Amino acid sequence: MFSNTFPLWPTRASTLSGQVDALFIFLLMLCGLVCISIFIAIVVFAIRYRRRPGHRATQIEGSNAVEFTWTTIPAGIFVIIFVWGAYIYFQERTPPKDSMDVYTVAKQWMWKFQHTEGQREINELHVPIGRDVRVIMTSQDVIHSFYVPAFRIKQDVLPGRYTIAWFHATRAGTYHLFCAEYCGTNHSGMIGDVVVMEPAQFQTWLSGGQPMGSLSQQGQGLFQSLGCSTCHRLDTQGRGPNLMGVFGKPVLLEDGRTVTADENYVRESILSPAAKVVSGFKPIMPTFQGIVSEEQLNALVAYVKSLSAQPTGAGQTPTFRGPAGAKADTRQR
Amino acid sequence: MATTAVATPERENYLNKEYGITSWLFTTDHKRIALLYLITITFFFFIGGFFALLIRLELLTPEGDLLLADTYNKMFTMHGQVMIFFFLIPAVPAVLGNFLIPIMIGAKDLAFPRINLLSWYLLAIGGCLMIYTILSGGVDTGWTFYTPLSTHFLDTHVIAAALAIFIAGFSSILTGLNFIVTIHRMRAPGMTWARLPLFVWANYATSIIQVLGTPVLAITLMMVAMERIFNLGIFNPQLGGDPLLFQHLFWFYSHPAVYIMILPGMGVVSEIVTCFSHKRIFGYKAMALAVIAIAVLGFLVWAHHMFVAGISLYAAMVFSLLSYFVAVPSAIKVFNWTSTMFKGSVSYATPMLYAFGFIGLFTMGGLTGLFLAALGIDVHVTDTYFVVAHFHYIMVGGMVMAYLGGMHFWWPKISGRMYPEFWGRLAAMIIFIGFNLTFFPQFVLGYLGMPRRYWQYSPEFQVLNVLSTAGATILAVGYLLPMVYFLWSMRYGKPAPDNPWNAAGLEWKISSPPSTFNFDETPIVTWEAYNYDEIPQEVPVGR
Amino acid sequence: MADSPPAIATHNPDLQHHFATMEQQTEAAVMGMWVFLITEIMFFGGMFAGYMIYRFMYYQAWLEGSQHMDFWWGTINTVVLLCSSLTMAAAVRATQLGLRKSTVTLLGITILFGLAFLGIKAIEYYGHIVTDHQFPGPGFRFEGANPSQVEMFFSFYFAMTGFHALHMLIGVGLVAFIAYHAWKGRYGAHYYTPVENVGLYWHFVDIIWIYLYPLFYLISHIHRK
Repeated sequence: MFSNTFPLWPTRASTLSGQVDALFIFLLMLCGLVCISIFIAIVVFAIRYRRRPGHRATQIEGSNAVEFTWTTIPAGIFVIIFVWGAYIYFQERTPPKDSMDVYTVAKQWMWKFQHTEGQREINELHVPIGRDVRVIMTSQDVIHSFYVPAFRIKQDVLPGRYTIAWFHATRAGTYHLFCAEYCGTNHSGMIGDVVVMEPAQFQTWLSGGQPMGSLSQQGQGLFQSLGCSTCHRLDTQGRGPNLMGVFGKPVLLEDGRTVTADENYVRESILSPAAKVVSGFKPIMPTFQGIVSEEQLNALVAYVKSLSAQPTGAGQTPTFRGPAGAKADTRQR
Repeated sequence: MATTAVATPERENYLNKEYGITSWLFTTDHKRIALLYLITITFFFFIGGFFALLIRLELLTPEGDLLLADTYNKMFTMHGQVMIFFFLIPAVPAVLGNFLIPIMIGAKDLAFPRINLLSWYLLAIGGCLMIYTILSGGVDTGWTFYTPLSTHFLDTHVIAAALAIFIAGFSSILTGLNFIVTIHRMRAPGMTWARLPLFVWANYATSIIQVLGTPVLAITLMMVAMERIFNLGIFNPQLGGDPLLFQHLFWFYSHPAVYIMILPGMGVVSEIVTCFSHKRIFGYKAMALAVIAIAVLGFLVWAHHMFVAGISLYAAMVFSLLSYFVAVPSAIKVFNWTSTMFKGSVSYATPMLYAFGFIGLFTMGGLTGLFLAALGIDVHVTDTYFVVAHFHYIMVGGMVMAYLGGMHFWWPKISGRMYPEFWGRLAAMIIFIGFNLTFFPQFVLGYLGMPRRYWQYSPEFQVLNVLSTAGATILAVGYLLPMVYFLWSMRYGKPAPDNPWNAAGLEWKISSPPSTFNFDETPIVTWEAYNYDEIPQEVPVGR
Repeated sequence: MADSPPAIATHNPDLQHHFATMEQQTEAAVMGMWVFLITEIMFFGGMFAGYMIYRFMYYQAWLEGSQHMDFWWGTINTVVLLCSSLTMAAAVRATQLGLRKSTVTLLGITILFGLAFLGIKAIEYYGHIVTDHQFPGPGFRFEGANPSQVEMFFSFYFAMTGFHALHMLIGVGLVAFIAYHAWKGRYGAHYYTPVENVGLYWHFVDIIWIYLYPLFYLISHIHRK
């Protein structure tokens, strides 16, 4: 607020920052008012009714009307605050549809980022202004938490599954990234920077040469080399479900449940294939637990996603499609 | 005990009835057990405080230059564990509650005096195990023991710490059990529920939480220990377990635990405010219902500690709404205390200064709870110093002040001596100032984004951290003063009359200090609580 | 001025000094035991909650694990415990009626049933741990789908039946204590609260087993010879 050496207010750098600040300021004023009123009441009563000769206390039992009033009015105000806070939270927990994805792997004590275009970063995350960015995160070991104060977002990063956060940066600059869930010795050193760039600069940075290809291309490579394509054929029906167009759609399982094929579903299907078997298929897929790293899992997820992707922004173009006329397996609804 | 200047022999009371260490270690007198607890928790308060001092000293500079990172992590872990389980949870119930509840209801002792002694032994044994943990290298899981960090990624004394807390937990459960049965079954004739002092109501509500909540912590800690010993995988995703299950089980106890900590303090404040306004409480029924409501609703909000943990959006919304509901009875209490002073006859003795401090600081801390319950804001401030400031405002600004207020209020009854009023008021004010300087900057730090449990931090946070540390040193001085003058008063303090404050309540009708069996004859109660209209009022008490 | 307790006209020698009447003392003692049992429900409750969650998540594995339980031993144990509760209740009744010999006999039979339960549990544990390598941890072995989920099933099996067995052991100790004092003539119609309280504890531990048995042994159980 004043200067960088003694700030009193965090920078606002995302679309949500202003909304969070607005509710915060409202609460500051409301609670400040309540506090001051109570303090004044106490001081006034303590002085006006101080114990002195000739002054006697008046015994007052209470008043149901008064109790009712100061129960319902605060309750009503609280409900308003709840709704406002929930509205902001709903936005925070609902990433927009065509966000730019960044896969994040947290481990003791660093942040690893994989852009879909293929760039890898450690403890630094470059993003453009004006885009919805979604971080798809998992941990290699303990629980961490992805926290960017300037964006007012925070999301715990768990081992064994993906959690998601998203933001839409509005100001160029470099902002703190902190780990916010105590994770051992160097928890306070697990920090980094989010570098927000003008779109043109970001494009330049992006095209800085990625020998490995985009993330989904890396995933495609793994898909072949790990033997996935043996059963999950994209041209005909193999022993495993055809993955074309699967991502994001509902899937009917053997036990009658229907689940959505999101990142966590794909990840679980690779690591614990018997957990959710697609209806009409046998539980014969081997597990790849211990065989693929988190980064490789991210690449595979990106690849499966690309098999469903509509043409979108940079880095989302799927690189492989089955022959024209191939249809998704009709057993997946 | 010292005799007074006049050569009358000292009347027999619970302190001088028997001498010798065995008469204390094998006592079943609830008043003596209360003093055993007093010594134990004061000891642990200073240990926890010492850790706090080291934390604040480290945080004077952004770099980690005083302690190693691992040592710092142990400091905040053990500060939390010691303060919560070995000071805050037992403090008011086991010291003041133990001493006062039988007397307040007209009984000779608690329902189960030997179980009462066992409770103290359990706390002492758990405490010894905690000391062992500290001396043999400590534990650095954070007081919250989150998995899989605590189960699979640390090689410090996790099991010892978990066991120490497990044992202390049974101390808490047995105390709660004892209070519940005592309050139900041992009230003197005429002492109906509607005539009970609010201190008793508050401890009753606390006891319900202790009895229902603590066993869940016990089994959760057991599961952590078993996970470490047998490599089970209940909380380890690699083996199909769920780390969030730990969090749900842990917070199912640990949220109600904060109400275990604050409710007795609220009971103390009700006693003090009525006495030093010389007026019955405004809204007795509302106040009694409020503590029960807090106890019940307190069990329904635990996942507000998990809004960013990966729970579903809809679960988060439910817990946020419920968290607002639990705030309502607390607000009611603050309004009622303030209203009690209205048209009262207010005196500013030390206990009342602590009560003022409590009401102000608890209000601030409680209001910041509204910020945290707001989902959109919590995402930004959870796991930052905002939360640290919030709970310290309530637990230290609220609870510790209530505890000290209660200690000053009932000190004449407990010890038969008056504490020096000037030093009492001075200490109260030093504590108030030191406290605010320590913790108010932390709200700002939290909103700025400084995470908690950070050994080193970004340089722009330094000024606020320095302010906070300065406050902590002032606070430390404030806490040392009562230690000194309470001890001093045991020998040199003015002998206390039976009712130095002209207060209502059965405890003020018996001698200071009381005799071993409290009452010569079982009282028969025919008056309402806080019958200040019948009690003569005198001009300002104390100096 | 006196600080000795006020004299009471006819004074039951078992009346403790801080209680006004035997009735108050008895009610307090029984209430205390009930409150304690509620804490035990909460203690086991944490494990039941965990069991429920993982059963929902890994039903197939739970089903599979249940097939590996020893149906007959589990059923016999259930019958044993139910009988022991019967003898325990009868013992309480006998104390109330002042029948010292019957009391001691019934308490003795209760102890035998309790020991039988623990013995059978030991046999089962031996089978699971030593013969079948089903104790969770590095030594766990399971042929079939989802071994780590079945391992989770066994984690809960050992944790819950283990804590239950620990409570049974404590219960046997308490019953033995009561039996000894009953034999010494300590209890009768005038004073039987300890027997009643131990009875309450015993019934509670029995009820925990009544829940554990179907949850572990009877999941869609297909009877195997």
